[in-house]
Amino acid sequence: MLKRLLTIALMVALAASFFPLMSSIRDRADVGPLAAEYLEDGASDLGAANLVTAVVVTYRGLDTLGEVTVLFAAAAGIALVFQFIRRNREGDAVGQPMEGCGWEELPCRIEASEILKTASGILLPLFLMFGVYIFTHGHLTPGGGFQGGVVIASAILLAFLAGSIRELRHSMVEILEMLAGAGYVAIGLLGIWLAAGFLDPRFLPAGEFGALFSAGAIPVIYSLVGIKVGSELSGVIDVMRRKA
Amino acid sequence: MIMEIVLIVLGIMILGGGIMVIVSKDIVGAIIASGVVSLLASIIYLIVGAPDVAMTEAAIGSGLTTVVFLFAWSRIKQLRDADAIPESDSDTAGGISVDPDLNQNRKLTENQEADNA
Repeated sequence: MLKRLLTIALMVALAASFFPLMSSIRDRADVGPLAAEYLEDGASDLGAANLVTAVVVTYRGLDTLGEVTVLFAAAAGIALVFQFIRRNREGDAVGQPMEGCGWEELPCRIEASEILKTASGILLPLFLMFGVYIFTHGHLTPGGGFQGGVVIASAILLAFLAGSIRELRHSMVEILEMLAGAGYVAIGLLGIWLAAGFLDPRFLPAGEFGALFSAGAIPVIYSLVGIKVGSELSGVIDVMRRKA
Repeated sequence: MIMEIVLIVLGIMILGGGIMVIVSKDIVGAIIASGVVSLLASIIYLIVGAPDVAMTEAAIGSGLTTVVFLFAWSRIKQLRDADAIPESDSDTAGGISVDPDLNQNRKLTENQEADNA
């Protein structure tokens, strides 16, 4: 009872301490000086039709690189933890293949329904294509590397659920991830040598405004981010669904 | 005006979903509810004109996070069941057990150990 009262008192205190911050929020009619700079010069500077992507990939490119790094660290941590659990249970009866399953790594699962199997055959290519579309068109329409990568990972999840694939080949996922990550940094370094600075995409021609091949290296960077995020999250899903 | 009403309704639904996540005794239900909260939030982002954020929220918040939570929960349950077996084994020596597959394996190894000894 005392604990409950204490919790409620703490929550009230928290709400009270944040109240001045929340009450001062108003709809702003104007944008700040930095945002105004982005809005005015962004389109002509970089030639990207989707200004959000232009800001995320170029002006705040270092933040995006940091996000990708954080995601990589999280995926590596999950893989490590699950490997640790598996190793701890090695030799345990639970870790041995079960009767009638015939699959050492994976637990016995309920067979996917006919509807799921048939639908996944049609939906899987569409999912993958949509994911690729999202990250290759990140500079033109809403979306980008992270969103496209997650859509690809959900396509992989669908394939797992439908039983179309049993497990991911880890060497392939690792190579994809490695090449995409290294490519991202390499393009950032190319920006130093050929353009104004790290992660400056203007060493490639800006092209026609609104075309697929435009906005310098932005589509290349976002495609690499998409591949990296997609392979990383697919790897996370694969690691988590394996038998512990 | 209509948009504001829609936003308020969505906000109330998000609050309801959030309370359900905390109060619900059913873990799977709570996970699904948290996914629904993210989905409603992504609709709000779309209405107020942030399609990029809406896409991220819908894909990561309500899609992937829900799946990862469900996987994690099933793993926790699996490990807990596996840990619970030895006790139930000694309780119902040779009796009926909840999970025949796991118990059979366990007994096989026990028999082998006995043979070795």
